[in-house]
Amino acid sequence: MAAALTSKKINQGKILLELNGIKKYYPIRGGVLQRVQGNVKAVENVSLQLYEGESLGVVGESGCGKSTLGKAILGLEELTDGKITFKDTEIQSLKRREKLKFVKEMQMIFQDPFASLNPRQRIGHALEEVFTMHTNMSSSEKKKAVIDLLEEVGLKEEHFERYPHEFSGGQRQRIGIARAIALNPSFIICDEAVSALDVSVQAQVLKLLKTIQEKYQLSYLFISHDLGVVRYFCDRVLVMYLGHTVELGSVEDLFNQPLHPYTQALLSAIPRPTVQKNRKRIRLQGDLPNPADPPSGCPFHTRCPIAQDICKQDKPAWKEHESNHFAACHFAGQSII
Amino acid sequence: MGETLLEVKNIVTEFRTADGQLPAVRDVSFSLKKGETLCIVGESGCGKSITSLSVIGLLPSNGKIASGEVRYQGEPIHQYSPEQMRKIRGNKISMIFQEPMTALNPVLTIGFQLREPLMLHLKLSKNEATKKGIELLKQVGIPYPEKRMNQYPHELSGGMRQRVMIAIALSCNPGLLIADEPTTALDVTIQAQILDLINDLKHDFHMGVIMVTHDMGVVAEVADRVMVMYAGKKVEEGTVEEIFNHPKHPYTIGLLNSVPNVDDPDFVLEAIPGSLPSLHAKIIGCRFQDRCQFASEKCRSQEPPEFHISNTHTASCWLESEGDSNGSSLNF
Repeated sequence: MAAALTSKKINQGKILLELNGIKKYYPIRGGVLQRVQGNVKAVENVSLQLYEGESLGVVGESGCGKSTLGKAILGLEELTDGKITFKDTEIQSLKRREKLKFVKEMQMIFQDPFASLNPRQRIGHALEEVFTMHTNMSSSEKKKAVIDLLEEVGLKEEHFERYPHEFSGGQRQRIGIARAIALNPSFIICDEAVSALDVSVQAQVLKLLKTIQEKYQLSYLFISHDLGVVRYFCDRVLVMYLGHTVELGSVEDLFNQPLHPYTQALLSAIPRPTVQKNRKRIRLQGDLPNPADPPSGCPFHTRCPIAQDICKQDKPAWKEHESNHFAACHFAGQSII
Repeated sequence: MGETLLEVKNIVTEFRTADGQLPAVRDVSFSLKKGETLCIVGESGCGKSITSLSVIGLLPSNGKIASGEVRYQGEPIHQYSPEQMRKIRGNKISMIFQEPMTALNPVLTIGFQLREPLMLHLKLSKNEATKKGIELLKQVGIPYPEKRMNQYPHELSGGMRQRVMIAIALSCNPGLLIADEPTTALDVTIQAQILDLINDLKHDFHMGVIMVTHDMGVVAEVADRVMVMYAGKKVEEGTVEEIFNHPKHPYTIGLLNSVPNVDDPDFVLEAIPGSLPSLHAKIIGCRFQDRCQFASEKCRSQEPPEFHISNTHTASCWLESEGDSNGSSLNF
């Protein structure tokens, strides 16, 4: 137990990335003149800090805005509002050219590595492109760098000349990882990076991600819907619901004493890989509400088993209930089981 | 419980490909009793879906059952003509697929698709079928069922669509329900709802359920018995307690160790090295040998037979032959 605690201790070191009131709305257009009739609020007022060398998990149901958050940080989606500070520099207002310097430091690993590789380009050449874009290496230097990369992620030199279809899912994800670490980044966003893989291969890739993290002192934003993987992999966890942050805390705190009823329900809903009959479970009723027409007050009140009148009217504030354990709920800490 | 519903004996399912006959399922046998849930687990490409498709007779046109028997309540349904199969399918044996969006017809209303099996198999009139359809939607927990009958699949959420699929599958009170990864495309909260629903309906209708999945968590939740497949072969079978608490085959152990447990902060993740061999690969001996840390000379030369650990628990691994405390091997 002691060993696990020290290994998962929150590294409250230097802040690498800071988000301040991030908002991303997608306009809904309609009518003859295609006027904006409303907004889908994909990410609503997210603020958090990411420390150097830590893994922050982001969990939530599909449509809760976790992927949009990742894309917004990388600048793949334009922000509606908010501030992103990376290494003490506000990056959302930088010019394209200045931004390039930071882009190198922030990378992303996608869910479907096959979709992100050109099927008609050899893997070696696809990886060389990274160096062509960002460095002045000669072609022999590039080839050597790519082969080093392939070996780093557990592939072999012979894979250089192969095409994407010749690789299995796990190998393709390794290529995605090789591409992401090519330029020595300090921050990588993993968007459901292991979700499409079989469990045995998933475990291999998770181990690889951990090894690389230790070697390069990387920070991860680990977007996933699999709470088992998040518990194994991350130091802290952020829970999102309908674009809102509902809870943030260390893995221990969040999994052992979840404050928000949604987190409690989410944890209770996971099928456990152990046989135990008659486990007490909370079943949430209904589906996620439509993000274009979110409920008033607390976004979760329509499905919350302990919702009161106040939840329908007032939006709960984002508060630090215990040290480093945040939640947005009027009745935070109340058990719903 | 007790009465045997389905019996599959030594089936071999082959695909005709450019490289010759390709066996995807190699000599698999299992049986299912009424009111029982059997989970088939394994990695993608291990033949678990093909096994279930062989049972219901929905193999792709280049695939066929090359040998073996599939008996449903004693009837040899593998010999049935396509017309005979069509009468059974959706009636006595139903299937739920992974992706409800691709399994529902996007240009027909929910009502039309629900009425179809009822009018076809149960010979109900349109009015009766509508009434029964609304009842079914209520049963699977869909709010405003009257309204849903006139809606199209795209108007429903993923969880709702899966519920509609279940309603259609259950419309004729089937004796056997085959669910191929029914919750893989869904979120955990919705997944929990659907698993509960299948479990409740199983009890209500006393159905046999075959659930194909790769999620060990789902297996632990719903299964009575578990069959583990690897590269087209059954490697281990047992009750859910036997498989999770006393797994015998190194592959089963590996699978269980690669799933991070949410409740265990000290969990040590152990990956199985390598990946599944291709179907073309000619392997002498055990098919798992290249990824197995216990592989010996014997594993590379001889294929392990099925060893019985208990009445309900079998494993195909040479480790079980070495005088296990209660390992009474039949073939040795």
